[in-house]
Amino acid sequence: MNPTTFRPVNTKVHGTPVLRINAASRYYRDGDAEIRALDEINLTVHAGEFVAVMGPSGSGKSTLLSLAGALDTPTRGEVVLAGANISALNATGRAAVRRRHAGFVFQDYNLVPALTAAENIALPLELDGMSVRQARRAARAALIDVDAVELTDRFPDQMSGGQRQRVAIARALVGERSLLLADEPTGALDTNTGETIMRVLRARIDAGAAGILVTHDARHAAWADRTVFLRDGRVTDETGTAAAPDDLLLRGTAR
Amino acid sequence: MSIKSAFLALLSERPMHGYQLRQEFDSRTGGTWPLNIGQAYTTLQRLERDGLVQPLPAEGDAPETFALTDKGQAETEQWWHAPVQRDAPSRDELSIKLALAVTIPGVDVSEVIQIQRTETLKTLRSYTQLKRSAAAPHEAAGTDLAWLLVLDSLIFKAEAEVRWLDHVEGTVIQSAQRDTGAPAQRNAATPRTDLSAPTAASSTAGRQR
Repeated sequence: MNPTTFRPVNTKVHGTPVLRINAASRYYRDGDAEIRALDEINLTVHAGEFVAVMGPSGSGKSTLLSLAGALDTPTRGEVVLAGANISALNATGRAAVRRRHAGFVFQDYNLVPALTAAENIALPLELDGMSVRQARRAARAALIDVDAVELTDRFPDQMSGGQRQRVAIARALVGERSLLLADEPTGALDTNTGETIMRVLRARIDAGAAGILVTHDARHAAWADRTVFLRDGRVTDETGTAAAPDDLLLRGTAR
Repeated sequence: MSIKSAFLALLSERPMHGYQLRQEFDSRTGGTWPLNIGQAYTTLQRLERDGLVQPLPAEGDAPETFALTDKGQAETEQWWHAPVQRDAPSRDELSIKLALAVTIPGVDVSEVIQIQRTETLKTLRSYTQLKRSAAAPHEAAGTDLAWLLVLDSLIFKAEAEVRWLDHVEGTVIQSAQRDTGAPAQRNAATPRTDLSAPTAASSTAGRQR
């Protein structure tokens, strides 16, 4: 792991807000009914900070992730990603902000099967106008950051689930991207591989990215700095900073 | 937990004195259930009384060292082969508290659950922080690995508690809705068809996508 190769734009200092969601609501109409997918949500995520979002199905977790990643705009309130108010942008502008600043990691990896790991990672950079050579160099650096440089020339079907997810994380944070949005990223993996993925995510965030993790699994939420609970589109609770680990378990040992 | 069985298992490795037994027990379980030296010596006395261990001939001023007897060896073998008994659940304060919360009128069950979930998640995160500071499991060995696995056990139990709390909450909300046709508790499910808020602005904004 080499954190020095990671230089997110605008977030050189830990603690810069990467994402600000201010009183954001997202309503949908379903016939005569109005569905409040999100209701007056406030959430700020800083560089180096990892926030978990938990809640039952239909509580608004996915909508929150869509707003955070500029895939969608709020009905009311504002979402500011890397300094840009996404409501003030048209679809093209939002796509540009998204490509440059946000990366998604899903349960099913979403890698292009016909491309190698490096090509998968380089693709969004090339789409954004970077030269092929530069994009490849960035892809290799991103693979080094997730301890997976040996996968550079492998195709997705030549990798295990855990390896694919490493590549997906590398792709999510390649280049200048500063916000990692993960939706049940360990869902298809066994517990040990899932834990390895959480370690990789945590390390990338400790190196300066900001992260949001949507999960049902309290074990994975525990890797985050705080957890936000959603129910029916509203934040019902938030757990802050954890007690110092020394308070637990360490009594009576020199560990 | 039977400290007796743990001591017998440790003595099957090599003879030890009371202080060593206590130290080995603590280091292999990561100090999760620290023993005091008095407990260690009391346990050894009982094991000797039951003929499971015997003192080795004293060497000068060295503390008395104990070894397994044949009977102790047999008991250890049996411990490895028998499951830990699970048929008589120990009293659990949280289960009792929730059982009372859902039956005593006027208790805000959602709040009781939420407060507990926050607490359990805090504990879970503290355990996870300990894990983060330790080596990755595939790099650990010996007592470090043993300690990580004990930590995992605590993590999985805390996770199970959170899942159970979610389950209780979901069940209580469902049953309240069935009984009254409306949400019963603060923070309980809000019907999706609630149209009390203004909708004109939101429907136009919604079309911007």
